[in-house]
Amino acid sequence: MSVRARMEAKLTAALSPLRLEIEDDSARHAGHGGAPAGGESHFSVRIVAEAFAGKTRVERQRMVYSVLAEELAGPVHALALTAQTPAEAA
Amino acid sequence: MSNPVFERIQQDLSENDVVLYMKGTPMFPQCGFSAAVVQILSELGVKFKGIDILVDPSLRDAVKQFTNWPTLPQLYVKGEFVGGCDIVREMYANGELQELLRGKGLLAA
Repeated sequence: MSVRARMEAKLTAALSPLRLEIEDDSARHAGHGGAPAGGESHFSVRIVAEAFAGKTRVERQRMVYSVLAEELAGPVHALALTAQTPAEAA
Repeated sequence: MSNPVFERIQQDLSENDVVLYMKGTPMFPQCGFSAAVVQILSELGVKFKGIDILVDPSLRDAVKQFTNWPTLPQLYVKGEFVGGCDIVREMYANGELQELLRGKGLLAA
């Protein structure tokens, strides 16, 4: 399973998002310091989920980071994150 | 909380109002996300201490543990963690960052 597919499965299971977009930005960062070869290292993730209601920005990102802890400790080098509630995304 | 590097982080945070843990230096950021935060702080004219975690792997790991945040850069204001690049950008765009800094007396009204 690709890193992206794994992240998608985990986020879907943990946060039941209404909307989940994962983009692989690795190509834009190829060759920069610390970037591993072969891509799947830099991602942009946009999540819209009710689970974020009443949480601060930092808390929301921590929720996502804890779901993806394994990926972040391994292949994923950077994750640009937008975490909104359905009301905010509307 | 037994990591000896934590003491150094505590000290940096108590001695500087605005601290940015980053990859590279404010003059030569080594990562686009770090560069983006440097640019925002520079545009606002906020004085900050940039700490390059690339020169010290033990600091790099300790900062992530200390903040409980797996990525860099990390911005602290008056010892409080504000966020990484996404959060800082969003807060800058909607004026919350300016408000926060003003409230702490770090940005002219």
